[in-house]
Amino acid sequence: MNFMKFRPLFLAISSTMILVSLFSIFKWGFRPSIDFAGGSVWEIKTPNLSDQSKITIVFDDQKIPLSSVSPAGDRQYLLKFANIDQAQKKSLEEALKKVDTDFSELRFETLGPTLGKELLRKTIAAIILSSLALLLFIGRRFRDFSFGASAVLAMLHDSLILVGAFSLLGHFFGAELDSLFVTAILTTLSASVHDTVVTFDRIRELRRQDYRPDWVDLANRAISEVIVRSFNNSMTIILMLLSLVVLGGQTTRWFAIALLIGVICGTYSSTAVAIPLVLFWKKHRQK
Amino acid sequence: MTTPKTTLQIFWTILGLSFVCLVINLPSEIPVKLHWQKINWEHTFYRPSFKFKIGNFNLNPRLDLRYGLDLAGGASLIFNVDTSKAKKEDLPIALESLKGNIERRVNLFGISESSVQLSRQGADHRLTVDLPGIDNLDSAVNLIGNTARLTFMGEATISAEATSSATFYDVFSIDTGLNGSHLVRSAVAINPNTSEPEVSLEFNSEGAKLFEQATSKFLNRRIAIFLDEIPITFPVVQTVIPDGRAVINGNFDTKSARALTAQLNAGALPLPINIIQQTQIGATLGKDSISKGVRAGLVGLALVMIFMVANYGFLGLVANIGLIVYGLITLTLYRLIPVTLTFPGIVGFILSVGMAVDSNILIFERMREEIRRGKPWNAAMEIGFGRAWDSIKDANTCTIITALVLFNPLNWSFLNTSGMVRGFAITLLLGIFISIFTGVFVTRNLLRVLAKQKT
Repeated sequence: MNFMKFRPLFLAISSTMILVSLFSIFKWGFRPSIDFAGGSVWEIKTPNLSDQSKITIVFDDQKIPLSSVSPAGDRQYLLKFANIDQAQKKSLEEALKKVDTDFSELRFETLGPTLGKELLRKTIAAIILSSLALLLFIGRRFRDFSFGASAVLAMLHDSLILVGAFSLLGHFFGAELDSLFVTAILTTLSASVHDTVVTFDRIRELRRQDYRPDWVDLANRAISEVIVRSFNNSMTIILMLLSLVVLGGQTTRWFAIALLIGVICGTYSSTAVAIPLVLFWKKHRQK
Repeated sequence: MTTPKTTLQIFWTILGLSFVCLVINLPSEIPVKLHWQKINWEHTFYRPSFKFKIGNFNLNPRLDLRYGLDLAGGASLIFNVDTSKAKKEDLPIALESLKGNIERRVNLFGISESSVQLSRQGADHRLTVDLPGIDNLDSAVNLIGNTARLTFMGEATISAEATSSATFYDVFSIDTGLNGSHLVRSAVAINPNTSEPEVSLEFNSEGAKLFEQATSKFLNRRIAIFLDEIPITFPVVQTVIPDGRAVINGNFDTKSARALTAQLNAGALPLPINIIQQTQIGATLGKDSISKGVRAGLVGLALVMIFMVANYGFLGLVANIGLIVYGLITLTLYRLIPVTLTFPGIVGFILSVGMAVDSNILIFERMREEIRRGKPWNAAMEIGFGRAWDSIKDANTCTIITALVLFNPLNWSFLNTSGMVRGFAITLLLGIFISIFTGVFVTRNLLRVLAKQKT
């Protein structure tokens, strides 16, 4: 099957997604979790309280501005607010106990904003380091620099779209950027390259049989041979992740969704981005 | 076709290995109750303990899964270490002794799996304290975070008429120059003569000099030890002490002596620290996360297995057996190494299940191609495994590279050192290696044995 005739379509899809991502990133930015912005997260359980507005009143009384209250299960709430000291927390606890005697604390976190910046810097360092390592490894394994470069570019394409998707999800559905998201990006990197390498591998194998390869034909044959595998493999990971999205609970839902987007992107990009890039490279060199 | 002897041996080895893994993964106690008509049989089975003794080498592995703070509940504190006042050449020692002191403070809680770790962020030094099972964040912060200041004050001579109006602070108003940074350690000792408990003090060399001066200056008078301006003890100096080793005796019982040592040790923080992050996770939330994660994992696994059988029939079934072996080996390694499981770690495990199947899908697709080309089933199988190996190797190496960058084994300070990301990386890394073993070696040998009639 002639997959490569869809190259203009792939280009259109990818550039649209990248443009939308960039637009969203620059226009709306992200909804940083306290991992990045600094602040407090308090997950509490108020078994006798049916109305969350009472919690808001308690915070108003204590003059601590609440930045968000979201339900996290049965009569459990996730509260977010600025950093407070221990005395303030104690008086909050006492006030809440007055409202609901069975009040209990499930989780409390406070974080200075410096840690988030560090995390961001480290993530970028990790992306650069793994990109370089993969570039070298793939370039060496395939004895062709263009393969390494294409795989890495496809991988960066995936992570950009994932970041963009999260900016969109944050704007419309309140998804927050947290340290788990960083893990999701790095997993996307590896999943994307994993898939690309399998396709490249097939091209390399087919090429051994041809003395003077027609790269487009080679690419089409390789893709036809591995596409079922690509699809089936992604399906199994998608099945695992979907069950995590549906059953995994609040704290990791966005993480699983991020991984899901990453895996789907990674499968798409090995056929639609990495291979066309290799072909582009080859065509340019022949001229 | 007959199966070669070595293949059979491998087959039985795999079965044996799986059985051992299965036993290790059993709960440590299994109560069985049988009530059927007249039969009443109750018995509790215990998981065999794997104790080994080879020479002086004792192995008694605790085979419990370890859960990280996010799953077990507890408190985690991150402190910034103020190094501005420390001399550069003293810093490594100061940091180490800071860590040691915090560890002693933490041990006051009596938590078995607490951990204290130092890390570096550029010019900053961080101290991370994990206290599993602690549900009182305030007392933890107070005990660890507050820089208790230990001072040694000599007794001033006060005229008789002033004595009645003098406060404690007026009496002990002469600073000996000694403070917490000079104290190396304090311990409870038993006096060999009176067999009463006493508290021993050990100073560093500078402290020993100051202490010698102080003891000669205040001989037969009292020196009070203040912890954060609160007097904790004021022993009478009985001799001049030149070697920096002193004992405080008096009316101690073991308990009060121990409490005093704890206070003294707590005061000996060589560098000031301040808290920058605190996390507390209730035990119920953790249990909830575990059960949800496990349920999601099981449902996902079932879906993947159905998918494999629907797609590859008999081959899929064998791959599923491989997958079960994979799960057993992975869990066993988690227990043996041991890997501390965090929520991202569980996600890494779930993800690696997906990747374990990938090797099989690659191989089976390859087999199908060869069968389509007219090769007999057995030959197609061997070719399929052989050809797919290249792809499996390259693709997994790439995943290993990223997982290693995440795991950051050399502790590079410009990369991530957080437990969350590392927990994910370690399970992913283990998953890749085990999945190569089960997806290629185990399924291949299972197929060789189980499919001998299929030709």
